[in-house]
Amino acid sequence: MLFTSYSFIGFTGVLLSVYYLVPRRLQWIILLISSCVFYWVANPASLIYVSFTAFTIWGCAIMIDRDYGIQNEYIRLNKGTISKEDQKAFKARHKMIREIWTSFGIFLNIGILIVTKYFSFLAGLFTVQQNHFTDIIVPLGISFYTLQAVGYLIDVKRGTIKAEGNLFKMLLFVSFFPQVIQGPISRFSDLSVSLFGEHEPERKEINFALQRILWGYFKKLIVADRIAPAVITLVSDPAKYRGAYVIVALVLYTIELYADFTGGIDISIGVAGILGVKVTENFRRPYFSTSLKEYWRRWHITMSQWFREFVFYPVSTSKLVQGISKFARKHLGNRGKKVPVYFSSFIVWVATGLWHGANWTFIIWGMLNWLILTVSEELEPVYAAFHKKVGFSNSYGYKVFMCFRTILLICILNLFDCYSSVRDTISVLASIITETELGELFSDKMLTIGMSGLDYVIVLAGVFVMLAVSLIQEKGDVREYIWKMPYAIRFAIWFALFLSVLLIGAYGIGYDANQFIYNRF
Amino acid sequence: MKQRKKSIIRFLASALIVFLVLFLLQRLLIPKYATGIVEGAFVAEYYKEENKQFDVIFVGDCEVYENFSPVVLWEEYGINSYIRGSAEQYIWQSYYLLEDSLRYNTPQVAVFNIQSLQFNESQSEAYNRMSIEGMKWTQSKVNAIKASMTEDEHFLDYVFPILRYHSRWSELTSDDLKYMFKSPSVSYNGYFMRVDTKPADYVPEGRNLPDYSFGDKAWYYMDMIRELCEKNGIQLIMVKAPSLYPTWYDEYEAQVVEYSHKYDIPYYNFLELKEAVGLDYSTDTYDAGLHLNINGAEKMSHYFGRILSDEYGVTDRRGDVELDKIWMKNINDYETEIDRQCILYGVDRNSLFRYSRKDQ
Repeated sequence: MLFTSYSFIGFTGVLLSVYYLVPRRLQWIILLISSCVFYWVANPASLIYVSFTAFTIWGCAIMIDRDYGIQNEYIRLNKGTISKEDQKAFKARHKMIREIWTSFGIFLNIGILIVTKYFSFLAGLFTVQQNHFTDIIVPLGISFYTLQAVGYLIDVKRGTIKAEGNLFKMLLFVSFFPQVIQGPISRFSDLSVSLFGEHEPERKEINFALQRILWGYFKKLIVADRIAPAVITLVSDPAKYRGAYVIVALVLYTIELYADFTGGIDISIGVAGILGVKVTENFRRPYFSTSLKEYWRRWHITMSQWFREFVFYPVSTSKLVQGISKFARKHLGNRGKKVPVYFSSFIVWVATGLWHGANWTFIIWGMLNWLILTVSEELEPVYAAFHKKVGFSNSYGYKVFMCFRTILLICILNLFDCYSSVRDTISVLASIITETELGELFSDKMLTIGMSGLDYVIVLAGVFVMLAVSLIQEKGDVREYIWKMPYAIRFAIWFALFLSVLLIGAYGIGYDANQFIYNRF
Repeated sequence: MKQRKKSIIRFLASALIVFLVLFLLQRLLIPKYATGIVEGAFVAEYYKEENKQFDVIFVGDCEVYENFSPVVLWEEYGINSYIRGSAEQYIWQSYYLLEDSLRYNTPQVAVFNIQSLQFNESQSEAYNRMSIEGMKWTQSKVNAIKASMTEDEHFLDYVFPILRYHSRWSELTSDDLKYMFKSPSVSYNGYFMRVDTKPADYVPEGRNLPDYSFGDKAWYYMDMIRELCEKNGIQLIMVKAPSLYPTWYDEYEAQVVEYSHKYDIPYYNFLELKEAVGLDYSTDTYDAGLHLNINGAEKMSHYFGRILSDEYGVTDRRGDVELDKIWMKNINDYETEIDRQCILYGVDRNSLFRYSRKDQ
């Protein structure tokens, strides 16, 4: 069920009516049923996969929690009667048991993710023969719900949250439908309170949520889906579309990716919002970042947080990395103290690349991100000295320059998302330098790639609107700002937005209904 | 209390503005079919008829609405008829249009052109639109939509056409404003007139098909049409218009003949009756044999009207004061259009079969 389909809008409408009609204590059950229906409609097998994940993670978490209980009870009962060494040994034994349950849960679920999403890729590394694993259906949203479920299990293991005793609540946490298509990847502690809570229909909350949904449709239907045909055309034939075409492709794809992903998240958060469920924000005006490091704090925030929390920290505190750390300090002195961080970051970025897709392009994309971030980190003192020396580094103009520089970097990195092979990506990137004729950028040729002159005008206008909204958002909440205006003005603003989506949106016959880009990750 | 009242008024005013703006936008954006491709207007024009007591209803695609002239049927035999046809009208659409017509009147004869039996699924969303959009909202329309939708179509797009035509704002013309609320009639009791001529000097050969059998869905609706007519005491007549192409294969013909024998339904293949009708493809077609022009349509009506009248006893309604009045206006409009098109296409009015025959 596409977020942009009539069936999704109808589904949400029916859900909303039922949700606020039933006794409040049953609301989470309605959400669970809706989420199961959502999965079932997409593919009944997907419902089985997500249920399996919920069941195994729930079971492992219960066992971990039980083990905490046994450990604490034993220590309480034997307080003062056992030696510190015995207590330590007892704790270590139970820690081991909890780690076994955690590993078991992770192994099962990451295993499913690997088999369904990566087996063809891995098998391809070792054999040239065609394998049959390409026929396996990738369950809906598996990349997102697996991370969310595994994060929950690790949190329980760390003792930062208690295990959820109700299996069905766990199933709802893992399968909550607005997050299925493209996240965000929520933490149990953030989501569970409002997800399982009782909600009254709040006029302002529902208004804001509906406005958020509308804004999401604006980005998706007016900007992203209008660009999509051109991007598909340009990347589908890297031998034909080179030079100036690649410049257009990287600019268009970067706009499309932003509008598509942030638009989708707006719809997700908005749909959750009308149900009173608070979902974690995933973006903070990422294209206003002045560096790649800042960009990754503003773009796909929940994914970055997940990898930092559940990959970076465990890896950086592992025995292996501690060993590397000692070795580096011994041989490189003070300069070696960052080596463990760089090593752990490298693992994180390769994992992030792989999470995005089973393809070398994503792995290279991850490595390039790591390389740029590492080099930037190393050059930090040089930048600092430069900024100190020149007087304009704090000026608005210089910040704008740094934003553009970051966007350019992101544009280039994004190209690794687009093309199917690393060779093609490098080849087209090289063609920008060797084959570009600048005149072509503004020639009729750019009207033959799936976008008309009118499409360019609409996209440009859409980008200006998004930019203006983002600028206001830097200072405060746009909806709050509009909410304070007289009724006639705010009615006119939201109705105009609705009409623009209705009339200018790329939907229906004659347009391809494009799935959200992040749904494929 | 005052605040609550204010909120209610504000809500109602907002809702009114929303509905009004959306209504006006929808009226503006939907195609008017008043000029250019006018075929999309035919189905809706039926409802403009004040008197729908038609004794003969034709249903089918362009092979009925371009090949039979109700005006001639009235003039020569007093047959009060209407053509419910549109471009590439599929058999399920013909069924539901016939069913829709029965809401107003039960005709003595229903004439169905069997060309559409060759399609087992709708081929084009655009043709679906032209056939269905003009229907009034009844269960027949709902069923017609369900039976017709291609994979890309959605029922809601028919309920709210603005969803389908939302992007037409970039191609609006003055016609869209001019005919926003009312369009002129473009057919003559469903007949689409053309007075110009393009002789059929070349007939493209049909390609071999892997399978000539009509599909299950097509047969299902053929049975539905037959049963609807049986249930309502309507004489069903199957016809094949004398279009030279697309190819009407012998294998197609054999299936229709077998069906007509099986259920004792009269079947007239006008491809085999060209001489009897007196068709001359150098003067009677406007697109080289695909469709007939006014000469061909009038010859067909002259011939077929006699069959309807003599063999099936369709009542001669001439003398009915109300109908005489209606048809007098119809004939006047018809002739006015002939004159307009003669000027438009540079055709000598007196060279037309209609006038040359009267002169003799």
